[in-house]
Amino acid sequence: MKAFAQLFLSLDETNKTNEKVKVLKDYLTAVPDTDKMHMLALFADRLPKRQINSTLVRNWAIEASGIPVWLFEESYHVVGDLAETMTLLMPQSINSSSKTLTEWIAEINSLADKTEEEKKTWLLNSWAVLDSQERFVFNKLLTGGFRVGVSQNLVIKALSEISGIEAPILTHRIMGNWQPETYQYSQLIQEKDDSDDISRPYPFFLAYPVQETSEKQKSAEELKDSLGDASEWQAEWKWDGIRAQMIKRNGRIFIWSRGEDLATDKFPELHPFLNDLPDGTVIDGEILSFKNGLPMPFNVLQTRIGRKNLNKKILEESPVAVIAYDCLEYMGEDVRYKTQTERRLILEGLQSATSFPQIFNISALIPFSSWEELSTIREQSRAMIAEGIMLKRKSAHYQVGRRRGDWWKWKIDPLSVDAVMIYAQKGHGRRADLYTDYTFAVWDGDKLVPFAKAYSGLTDQEINKVDYFVKRNTLEKFGPVRTVKPELVFEIGFEGINKSSRHKSGIALRFPRILRWRHDKPKEEADTLESLKALLGE
Amino acid sequence: MARQSLLEFTDKGIYCSKGKFYIDPWKPVDDAVITHAHADHAYFGNKHYLAHHFSKEVLLYRLGDIQLQTVAYGEKVMKNGVEISLHPAGHVIGSAQVRVEYQGEVWVVSGDYKVEDDGISTPFEPIRCNHFISECTFGMPVYKWKPQIQVFNDINSWSCNNLQHGLATVLVGYSLGKAQRILQNLDLSNGKVYTHGVIENTNEALRRNGILLNPTERITSDTAKDEVRKGIIIAPPSSVGSPWMRKFQPYSFGYCSGWMAIRGAKRRRAADRGFVLSDHADWDGLISAIDATGCESVYLTHGYTASFTRYLNEIGFDAHEVHTLYGNDEDPGITEEAPAFSGNESASPQPSPLERELDSGANQVPSFGEDLGEAEAGGSA
Repeated sequence: MKAFAQLFLSLDETNKTNEKVKVLKDYLTAVPDTDKMHMLALFADRLPKRQINSTLVRNWAIEASGIPVWLFEESYHVVGDLAETMTLLMPQSINSSSKTLTEWIAEINSLADKTEEEKKTWLLNSWAVLDSQERFVFNKLLTGGFRVGVSQNLVIKALSEISGIEAPILTHRIMGNWQPETYQYSQLIQEKDDSDDISRPYPFFLAYPVQETSEKQKSAEELKDSLGDASEWQAEWKWDGIRAQMIKRNGRIFIWSRGEDLATDKFPELHPFLNDLPDGTVIDGEILSFKNGLPMPFNVLQTRIGRKNLNKKILEESPVAVIAYDCLEYMGEDVRYKTQTERRLILEGLQSATSFPQIFNISALIPFSSWEELSTIREQSRAMIAEGIMLKRKSAHYQVGRRRGDWWKWKIDPLSVDAVMIYAQKGHGRRADLYTDYTFAVWDGDKLVPFAKAYSGLTDQEINKVDYFVKRNTLEKFGPVRTVKPELVFEIGFEGINKSSRHKSGIALRFPRILRWRHDKPKEEADTLESLKALLGE
Repeated sequence: MARQSLLEFTDKGIYCSKGKFYIDPWKPVDDAVITHAHADHAYFGNKHYLAHHFSKEVLLYRLGDIQLQTVAYGEKVMKNGVEISLHPAGHVIGSAQVRVEYQGEVWVVSGDYKVEDDGISTPFEPIRCNHFISECTFGMPVYKWKPQIQVFNDINSWSCNNLQHGLATVLVGYSLGKAQRILQNLDLSNGKVYTHGVIENTNEALRRNGILLNPTERITSDTAKDEVRKGIIIAPPSSVGSPWMRKFQPYSFGYCSGWMAIRGAKRRRAADRGFVLSDHADWDGLISAIDATGCESVYLTHGYTASFTRYLNEIGFDAHEVHTLYGNDEDPGITEEAPAFSGNESASPQPSPLERELDSGANQVPSFGEDLGEAEAGGSA
């Protein structure tokens, strides 16, 4: 564990990519192979299952630190990270332990069938032998909030440099169903893949935004300059659903979401079409709610995400279907090396053979002959229930991860509204102890009605100024939330708006964020609920 | 309240009506007693100043031509029958607690203080009193400092490592206090110390005051960059990310501040290294210092006042939260050294030298003048 804690500390101590890769390589060469695999699992977001619920961990930490509960809570708001708060508040340990990361994780996993009292004894004893840096990563493991500030790509890069296996191959090998307890490092770095995991998906190819931010629109002219001739590109609508990879191998089907969650059971409507596919097929596409053959807005789909049990009502109200846009494996062969156009032909072939054409849709190509024309077509995105347009180079292979060059997303401008900040709350992580999370309101008659929360969009300097304002203009405190004097006006951008019975305002926004601070607007000139509702388009 | 307190909290600062003087006033007054020369405690515009000998040159440098009387620690000064004396606060060179006595009643105003001996400021001494007015910048239990020797071991091995890897070493800390503390505790065998102009101005003022500091060289446009890169650079927070600092690339920059105890604050600064080094007392330091005064009641002026006051009351102190304009409140997003004049036109007929040299970037603070409503609401004690 000491080596792992040191790794975490060293990664924290540099902002430079090369330095981080070096630190990762030093770690990987120094630790046993089992630790390598556990480290890889942690960096690939595969935490050990949570064996003690975090309320208990928190309560026992409060006990160990000997301070009142309220002071612990306030400390948490200052620190903005539970694992770190617990670490800072506990007394220094006197003893130490030489257990490896593998051994600690095995101990955590063995807690599953222990009583609460046994768990507590184990936890207090564990804290007592860890120094503060070890305690911090240990608490992260326990509470499941493992964010490292290092992308999986960097770890893969380090691993690739050490093992001599190419990064895309390693990225692919750590997709799918594997456990650090059983998947061995020697298997991972073999020249030839001998994995028998038939569920394993391919790494997703992700598009780069054409415009870095929604405020910096690109003209057709600029597109021509950067992307070249329009005839080299295919265009599709950018669908707003759940990106998924659908697999049929050896008579079995698997559905993976982009977050690498196996979601096969969540979409029973898709099973017949998947079972109908030939063996050795992998399709990339978007899962959306459909009604009468037309996609529905994301909020309809949202009602069934996260549900453990899909009852009949939900299946009826929000039935899903697929809009497929790529084929990654065909007849058992990895076809990612083929061009976009070739893969498209394969996909069309599969789709034309399906017995379930209402479930297995294909993302239509948008015919266009110039960027100007496409730019005009893009204006219809909202009417198409699309987020904009996807551009794919006809000659491109299917690549790994987010790459510049061959896949671009050209989103539509966000909708926007001017709103007044009325509540503020402290942020987390690097925004700890600063008021960075705001609630915004619009006018309903002479009252301000809250309608959205937004966290992002301001510069650090603006955040400091808003923070300063909040601290000096607090009207009331409700736990961590402060009611502030309504005065500051911000332009809030969002992707969509829907009716909501759960919100006071009667509406819910999709992806609200701060576009800019309207220093020029007094609060009286903020928008009204009426004008927001007009955007509902009904 | 049956009778007027010896010290009270007004919209101009801490006031003694019997002695007709203010302590660290933030609006111009006739008679000001100054705990230390930081901008949020020593404002421009008072008619008469009283401070410690060691603050003399820095105050003159920062505030220009002021009418200033300086005294030694423990020396007694009478003002309208009220006895005043200054006592070491250990915060920065020349920093003092102000002891005020009248008819057997004793009040002490801490200013800013730390309890650890930093090897350069006269170490903090607890003063017995009836009423103690204390800061609590780091009044949360997550702030616990390590002995400075450990921190400087880390700093010295980091700077040694930088040298081996061809990186310039830049240490960031505020110009009065942290900069000299760093300077006096660095391992000078790692290289010569170069300073940013703001810091060297303060160093020069201190040297005029007879303070012995390790040798430093001011960085000017003529200084050979390659030489500087082999040494150790001490720079103020305002220089972070400035073109001035970028000249020394590639470098590793270490930020020395108590706020570095929190990972989020450190990440926000994007410092290569955060060294937890503060000139304020930590949680345990505050409680032990307050306890050592044997005071009947304690007033918390700046920092995490609400939480700290509540805790002190729970463990048996008679604690009160008061509102002042000291410190940056609880704001780690802004440097520890508040540019007190920015935006406050009424109190600032001319910018301080500090202000003039500051980059307008990261350290802009909205007007301090807006806070008077809260200061009034804080009421008298």
